[in-house]
Amino acid sequence: MIEFDHVSKHYDDGTLAVDDFSLTVPSHSCTVLLGSSGCGKTTLLRMVNRMVDPTAGRVLIDGEDVASLEPVALRRRIGYVMQHAGLLPHRTIVDNVATVPRLRGRRGPDERRRALELMELVGLPASMARRYPSQLSGGQQQRVGVARALAADPNILLMDEPFGAVDPVVRQELQQELLRIQSELAKTIIFVTHDVDEAVLLGDEVLVLGEGARVEQRGAGADILLEPVNDFVREFVGGTRRRLHVEHRDGVPTVVDAAGAITGRLVEQ
Amino acid sequence: MIAALAQWFGDASRWAGADGIPQRLVEHLAYSALALAIAALIAVPLGLWIGHTGKGERIVVLLSSGLRSLPTLGLLTFLVIVLDVSLGQVLIPVTVVLTILAVPPLLAGCYSGLQAVPREVVQAAVAGGHSTTQVVTAVELPNALPMMIAGLRSAALQVLATTSVAAYVGLGGLGRYLFDALGVQDYTKMLAGALLICALALLTDGLLALLQRLLTPAGVRLERARNH
Repeated sequence: MIEFDHVSKHYDDGTLAVDDFSLTVPSHSCTVLLGSSGCGKTTLLRMVNRMVDPTAGRVLIDGEDVASLEPVALRRRIGYVMQHAGLLPHRTIVDNVATVPRLRGRRGPDERRRALELMELVGLPASMARRYPSQLSGGQQQRVGVARALAADPNILLMDEPFGAVDPVVRQELQQELLRIQSELAKTIIFVTHDVDEAVLLGDEVLVLGEGARVEQRGAGADILLEPVNDFVREFVGGTRRRLHVEHRDGVPTVVDAAGAITGRLVEQ
Repeated sequence: MIAALAQWFGDASRWAGADGIPQRLVEHLAYSALALAIAALIAVPLGLWIGHTGKGERIVVLLSSGLRSLPTLGLLTFLVIVLDVSLGQVLIPVTVVLTILAVPPLLAGCYSGLQAVPREVVQAAVAGGHSTTQVVTAVELPNALPMMIAGLRSAALQVLATTSVAAYVGLGGLGRYLFDALGVQDYTKMLAGALLICALALLTDGLLALLQRLLTPAGVRLERARNH
């Protein structure tokens, strides 16, 4: 369980990245922080592994204040996936996956086997083990990033727009892979994104964040799409794009949004 | 001219004794190595610090381009006079001027090498639980090494060529042939000396280029090949 207890982050230049934010993330669930860039969602994520320290408030993991924990040791037991995988260019894929176990001084056939298992889990063929990051596509590199984050078998996964830099087809693949992995491993995930569809698909709970990480709405993804509580959320989730009606065009039942743009076709289930 | 040169190099007495080629070569290498070693002791830690923290880059660029523009021979003469060194101590000002020459390229190789390591790679390493030392040694250094060696190549080339000035203040080295020949207008000897210095510089550069290749991690080499 991760708790944000009235956390704020002021920067010296006067900006208020996070203003009095509180949240409890239940264990084994995926909570999505959804918001535009600059809303403080990444700052919140980084408070969990102490890449950022809050200027007020506390972050607790299973009741323990992270401020009392040594940052390097803390980070080694939390998985982190970024938008750009940030793989070590001079290390092979299998070594990249085993980065954290290596840091803990564990290397050998067992770690190698475990790294290969993780590659398989994220859908990478074992034949890629000896390749280097530059020989992989962006989507494949992201898979390695996920495998690396899982290598130390952390309870917590922090994911900062992990699929934001890959093309839509690959993104959907990776989202499905994550759902599959999560159904197997049931980690406690905080997932940051600005992609509404992604948030609704992946989040057990979704928080729509406004400026200064103010919680505009919180709930199940479907509720946020169907019952936006205010104009901010309504606009953020798509505004007119989400208000749909059916028109019959040449006898074809066509789904049209409030702005008149065709979004799809009504079919029999 | 070529016949005269061949005769000069063919003379057995050139290859032995205090003024023989092997002795001068060793002296030349020793002065150069001393200056490069001192320069590395200054430039590598400073360059790594600047590259890692991103602090102080401007002042260093300014300072090192200032140092680069100092005329070596003038500075050497100035130092010999100002420091009032005895003949036995002239190695000190010689080493100082050569070190000044070697620091800027070494420094530039170090900090630009570190800065060329992609930000997200460093960020991911920190997020994964590398300590600061581990970020430098396991992430930044291996990826910066090729550029650091490039800095060393440039420094070595300049120092080896300039070490000739040691002879100007009475020391040995291959520059001896140049300054001795100048006095008596022995152009064959002068050309021979210049050729020897050239050959030494090129050979050293070739060896360091080989080292650079060997120390470039395979993954980094592949990445470059892909980007070019």
